[in-house]
Amino acid sequence: MTDATAATGAPAQARRPFASLLTLDEHTKRRNATEARFKAYGLAAVLAGLFFLVVLFVSIISNGIPAFTRMVVELDFTLTQAQFDEAESQLLKTGAYQGYFVEGFDKALEERGVEVEYDAAVLDRLIGKVGGIMREFYAANPDKIGEEVVFELPTSSRVDGYFNGRLKREDVSDSRFLEASDLDLADELYEAGIIKSDFNWTFITGADSGVDNPGGAGIGASVVGSFFMMIVVLALSLPIGVATSIYLEEFAPKNWFTDLIEVNISNLAAVPSIVFGILGLAVFIQFAGLPQSAPLVGGLVLTLMTLPTIIISTRASLKAVPPSIRDAALGVGASKMQSVFHHVLPLAMPGILTGTIIGLAQALGETAPLLLIGMVGFVARGYPDSFLTGFTEANSAMPAQIYTWAARADASFYEKAWGGIIVLLLFLMTMNIIAIILRRRFERRW
Amino acid sequence: MKTMLTEADNTVATVPAAGPRDTKIKARKVQVYYGDTHAIKDVDVDLEDKAVTAFIGPSGCGKSTFLRCLNRMNDTIDVARVEGEITIDDEDIYDKKVDPVQLRAKVGMVFQKPNPFPKSIYDNVAYGPRIHGLAKSKADLDVIVEKSLRRGAIWDEVKDRLTAPGTGLSGGQQQRLCIARAVATEPEVLLMDEPCSALDPIATAKVEELIDELRESYTIVIVTHSMQQAARVSQRTAMFHLGELVEFGDTKEIFTNPTEKRTQDYITGRFG
Repeated sequence: MTDATAATGAPAQARRPFASLLTLDEHTKRRNATEARFKAYGLAAVLAGLFFLVVLFVSIISNGIPAFTRMVVELDFTLTQAQFDEAESQLLKTGAYQGYFVEGFDKALEERGVEVEYDAAVLDRLIGKVGGIMREFYAANPDKIGEEVVFELPTSSRVDGYFNGRLKREDVSDSRFLEASDLDLADELYEAGIIKSDFNWTFITGADSGVDNPGGAGIGASVVGSFFMMIVVLALSLPIGVATSIYLEEFAPKNWFTDLIEVNISNLAAVPSIVFGILGLAVFIQFAGLPQSAPLVGGLVLTLMTLPTIIISTRASLKAVPPSIRDAALGVGASKMQSVFHHVLPLAMPGILTGTIIGLAQALGETAPLLLIGMVGFVARGYPDSFLTGFTEANSAMPAQIYTWAARADASFYEKAWGGIIVLLLFLMTMNIIAIILRRRFERRW
Repeated sequence: MKTMLTEADNTVATVPAAGPRDTKIKARKVQVYYGDTHAIKDVDVDLEDKAVTAFIGPSGCGKSTFLRCLNRMNDTIDVARVEGEITIDDEDIYDKKVDPVQLRAKVGMVFQKPNPFPKSIYDNVAYGPRIHGLAKSKADLDVIVEKSLRRGAIWDEVKDRLTAPGTGLSGGQQQRLCIARAVATEPEVLLMDEPCSALDPIATAKVEELIDELRESYTIVIVTHSMQQAARVSQRTAMFHLGELVEFGDTKEIFTNPTEKRTQDYITGRFG
């Protein structure tokens, strides 16, 4: 352009040549193109992200939903007092109940007009030995003797898999667990409405059941384990974290020592979680002698992990409170402590709460350190006896339970693992929603 | 305690403004350092009781810094260091025995930018009296709040919405609320750091009127960039330049007949 003006012999203070505003010049065109490209990249990234999110959700839900349903054999059954007395007097009591069950089963088939040949061993393979279950029921509810009772008996995991499509008939190799011909009976029963689909409450309320019984496995006990851990994490990390941040941000002198502490806190946030696990094993279990696999220890380890997150976010939100508010408080004669607790802290509250809940959500999903301190899935065999023993009794936590299930050979545990992930995500979503609500509630308009 | 103060106010109001006034604040050889920067050099000044003293001077001349020395707000800045002697009622405020929190209850401050707490109008004013235990009961506190809001010349505008947030008021109203908040703790000295710089002319006029009324009860020190404002509201004026006190005297004197060339140049707009 300088050349051009020089060539036309323009005066030294070269004026820009006339340019119409109605046409875009080269420079503007290039700038606009760059901007459009940048927007396109952004949009593409968002769309790709959404796509993968949808894929993730679809696969989690489609894999996990079967864990929430199960196939049950529904049977109306009446046990007479005479039968009860007779069974209880025999040597093999559960065997007697099994006999009554087969009788009742035959009657039910007859009533619904199903004509099919089978032997008792097939029933064993389809629903296992139910005599024990029935005896337990009548021992607990003696008043039900003589009344009609509806039994819902879960089918074996293979039959379950056959009905929800996991197991194909042609893949069945005859074994003591299932023979391909058993499925004919299963199909007949399904059409007759004796086998039907039911919501799997055991999965919600149950405990881990052991390698050979996927049907009885539930996530309930490890949800309770996670709950007790979260109580420990919240009760320790929120007060310690907030107090630390207030001291460092508002009261501590700024010198090399506090700088060192600050750098170390930031670094701790990036330490791999398994390191905290082995630290917990060495310090809390081996040195301090706390019980192994206890939610208390898990909570302590996760507290160590959560503290840096809470401290960093709390300090950031304290810093974001405008200094004019501190000046105002000091100006009317408030002490440092009063200005912090009456004015600065309430204003920083939304940020602190958000940071805390993000920290808790992180802790809730942490697996590696729990495996090291013994909170593995198969430990979650039942509910604690009381609230206090909930902290010390061996238990697992949701992510560790999911990990254990995913590692098991039986394919129906795989489905439980996906189901467990759905439960875990529900908890995380709830926590995030609570965070948003609290944030809205505490936010003040300026 | 409160009734006594009210009586004192009345006494002041009835005494004619003329006559020799007492010195409230005395500063001798005050130096302020910000790290290596020598921000205030050798300032000697006597501030009169029940009068308005204006600090004028170009930006960065140290007038705000000096103002913040009077209630030890500079203590909150890590690198700031104050030397020399500042006394209020002949008591050294930098004495080791002085608690700056107690001092600030006696020396109130109004800031450049209106900074009400994000709380209700009532709570804004009631906060000071509450933390200093000035009110025995809720009724007492109500009286103090109303009196302070009246002193801040904002009562009529907010009396129907005391529970509304203070941050919802207009800029001028916010600044008067801050003044009401400052007087609610019954200070003896009121420091104002460019209180009108964020306000429009109408709000400024209201605040200036208010300052003139408050003069009867308080020692007021005001930092301002507006020559007209200094001339309108103050009785005494101190001119600062590059951290030094250039000239200090009666406002009329300073504006009509300055002894220093720099003062003359500044107020006639030749520099600054």
